[in-house]
Amino acid sequence: MLHLTINGTSHDVDAEPDTPLLWVIRDTIGMTGTKYGCGIQQCGACTVHIDGVATRSCGMPVSLAVGKQITTIEGLAQNGTLNAVQQAWIDHDVPQCGYCQSGMIMAVTALLKKKPKATDADIDRELTNICRCGTYQQIRAAIHSITAKA
Amino acid sequence: MNYQPKFDRRSFIVASAAAVSGLSVGFHIPFGDEADAALSEPEVNAWVVVKPDETVVIRVARSEMGQGTLTGLCQMVAEELDCQWSKVTYEFPTPGENVARKRVWGDFFTAGSQGIRSSNQLVRKGGAAARMMLVQAAANQWKVPVSECVASAGTITHQPSNRTITYGKVASAAAEVEPPTDIPLKDPKDWTIIGKGLKRLDTPDKTQGKTIYGIDIRLPGMLYASFKACPVNGGKIKSFNAAKITGRKGVTKVVQVEDYGVAVIADSWWRAKTALDAMPIAWDNGPGAKDSDESIAAWLKQGLDSDDGLVGNKGGDVKAGLASAAKTVEAVYAYPYQAHATMEPQNATARYTPDRCEVWCSTQNGEAALATASEACGLPVPKCEVYKTFLGGGFGRRATSQDFVRVAVLIAKQMPGTPIKTLWTREEDMTHDWYHPVTQCKITAGLDKDNNLVAIHYRISGQSILAGVMPARLQNGKDPATFSGFYPGGEEAAYPYTVPNILVDHSMRNPHLHPGFWRGVNINHNAIYIESFMDELAKEVGMDALEFRRKLMTKHPLHLASLNAVAEKGDWGKPLPAGSGRGLAVAMAFGSYVAACAEVTVDGNKVKINRIVAATNPGYGVNPAQIERQVAGSFVYGLTALFMGGIDVKGGRVEQENFNTYQMMKIRHMPKVEVTVMPSGGFWGGVGEPTICVAAPAVLNAITAATGKRYRTFPLRKQGLTLV
Ligand code: FES
Ligand code: FES
Repeated sequence: MLHLTINGTSHDVDAEPDTPLLWVIRDTIGMTGTKYGCGIQQCGACTVHIDGVATRSCGMPVSLAVGKQITTIEGLAQNGTLNAVQQAWIDHDVPQCGYCQSGMIMAVTALLKKKPKATDADIDRELTNICRCGTYQQIRAAIHSITAKA
Repeated sequence: MNYQPKFDRRSFIVASAAAVSGLSVGFHIPFGDEADAALSEPEVNAWVVVKPDETVVIRVARSEMGQGTLTGLCQMVAEELDCQWSKVTYEFPTPGENVARKRVWGDFFTAGSQGIRSSNQLVRKGGAAARMMLVQAAANQWKVPVSECVASAGTITHQPSNRTITYGKVASAAAEVEPPTDIPLKDPKDWTIIGKGLKRLDTPDKTQGKTIYGIDIRLPGMLYASFKACPVNGGKIKSFNAAKITGRKGVTKVVQVEDYGVAVIADSWWRAKTALDAMPIAWDNGPGAKDSDESIAAWLKQGLDSDDGLVGNKGGDVKAGLASAAKTVEAVYAYPYQAHATMEPQNATARYTPDRCEVWCSTQNGEAALATASEACGLPVPKCEVYKTFLGGGFGRRATSQDFVRVAVLIAKQMPGTPIKTLWTREEDMTHDWYHPVTQCKITAGLDKDNNLVAIHYRISGQSILAGVMPARLQNGKDPATFSGFYPGGEEAAYPYTVPNILVDHSMRNPHLHPGFWRGVNINHNAIYIESFMDELAKEVGMDALEFRRKLMTKHPLHLASLNAVAEKGDWGKPLPAGSGRGLAVAMAFGSYVAACAEVTVDGNKVKINRIVAATNPGYGVNPAQIERQVAGSFVYGLTALFMGGIDVKGGRVEQENFNTYQMMKIRHMPKVEVTVMPSGGFWGGVGEPTICVAAPAVLNAITAATGKRYRTFPLRKQGLTLV
């Protein structure tokens, strides 16, 4: 049994230590907001926060997440209030199919925590998640709406 | 309207998200008898349920894969229903219910940018009929003539007495009213919901990880399967050694899938996948193994001059026109295979028992999924059901072949009673796609002494999609869709220019890879051939590319209007620094008139797209805000393919397996896209696909304008060009 803390809740899970955290979150624990897109840390669909740092969970053995604070898309809203990124996503109607957006929102949330006034250059350098629907223009506008207030 | 007030609701409701509060009310997955209690409110008709709290549930048959059809169709129903938009929510009827109700919701097929346009009459009439029945029910209750009652924003008013009642209060009574047969629709000038850039209904869930895609289905007692098919399409399994992995933790069973695949079933997908990876498998790759990029290209090249051309467009006498031309110009282009790479890899969850088979999946074609399930398990259609989820992208991958359903059902059938989720790895998905077809095109044009284009011959050589996915739709061996964008006229994809002598013909050559509909389909490459070469001709005669086109477009005013719009907004003709250039492209695709003006800067082998101005005339624009998003996203899809895409074949296998070798545009590559939506009214054009076909030629023409160099084979990564 491995002991994990996800969105503040404890979970004991039965999984091989080298199982990617992604699959433990999705299949063992049953939280499906975190997505599988590539399994090789290329697309970012599986992005979660490990102690506040955006991390591609498909490439992280579950054993390395033990003792850390894991946050998933389901844990961003506090007491039913969406975080600023989620709200901006709604205001700008960002998602199309939506499949990449959990990972996008997690990546952008971590970026803005680090750099509340992230510039276009910061965005271009640090936001490397793939959106196959091509929602990038709306993503940029949504981020700008947050940084403008920071 | 095929009205049945009290139909069996079993397994009916798949999704319900309330827009009322902007928050989800949860996702209901029907499972066995639990589904009977899905909804108790009676429907007004097949399209509309009004709950006592005034929530309006609109049923949407088409799939939502990001293109916004869900919201657009709800707008169309709501417009005629005259309800309050803030009260609208939605649900997906199942294909099985559709069959049971004599296809009351029409076609479930969601492709070809048809979601809105081909069902506009049906859904608008569904909304209008429901309104008429609600008004009639109110009139009956008041015992007044229906002609004295009007409906607006979910409230019915008896005008002489000013009495009012809301839809929710008469919904039950309305369900008993005889449905109307004569259903007039509003004049488009009276629309208040259609034509508005309303927010999508599915956004709040998608920002919270709440939306359920096929991959997210979880059922009690469910197991997971990982699947591998022969890496060469058409090949078979020779042998596999299940003994090597028996006893691994969590592994339940190893099963063969027909003669081409094998799967491992386990209590978690990761255990299934790693066990499958550890199992020795020997393949018989079959005849496809001798194919490679080189052999396919050589075979297609022969088709550029062969005498087996199937004619798609013929006017005048191209031979004579070329013979008498003062000058002829020739060029050969080639466009590669492309994979769909939907963000959600292929998957389906199936539960089979000897008397029922249920499938949960992301599909663009619910009825085809149902038929596939039935065929795969051997039970008749009424004993099968498909529950559609949201799709993590479709782009045509989930439109025709329902191979992901077939595989899941064949696996589940080997463990009756146990629901099994079969998920393909990204690698399996990418190497077993139904690819954008491979083609080449040789173009020969004749100019007279005054530099007028008097003759043009386009010879396409390459793969037919219909031959691969719908052979019944071939006409005397010809694939009419191959000529998309070259049609002499019509409402779908007419050629933009008038040339007195024209011939477009196709030498069909079908390599062993499956072809498929890939967002934009045949006009993606055809528009590159047409529009790149138009620029080549303009250059040949020393004319401005816009002026050269305009001369040929006098009989195509709608094409021209879109082209003019982008030329004007895109600053066509204004000076640019050295190393920068602009390019144009125009097309009619999926019934809409689209154009783009791209501006690029090329520095050595680095291409930066500074700006793209796009215009689209879809006739009626249901939701301009969503149209803008589809247009912007279309550039990502089209330009990813142009620069980074291209599927390579070696030894019959697809070489690209994942996003490390099949790369995608990221936010840093995204040019600024300025979209003009210019609906002229009068027709219903598509939105999700048309713009893709102008993305590549506009940028290619801009690169040539910047560098003087013309690129004719793709992807551009193979020409040493990098998008930055
Ligand atoms: S699934 Fe982890 S980066 Fe793609
Ligand atoms: S919204 Fe579809 S992949 Fe990003």
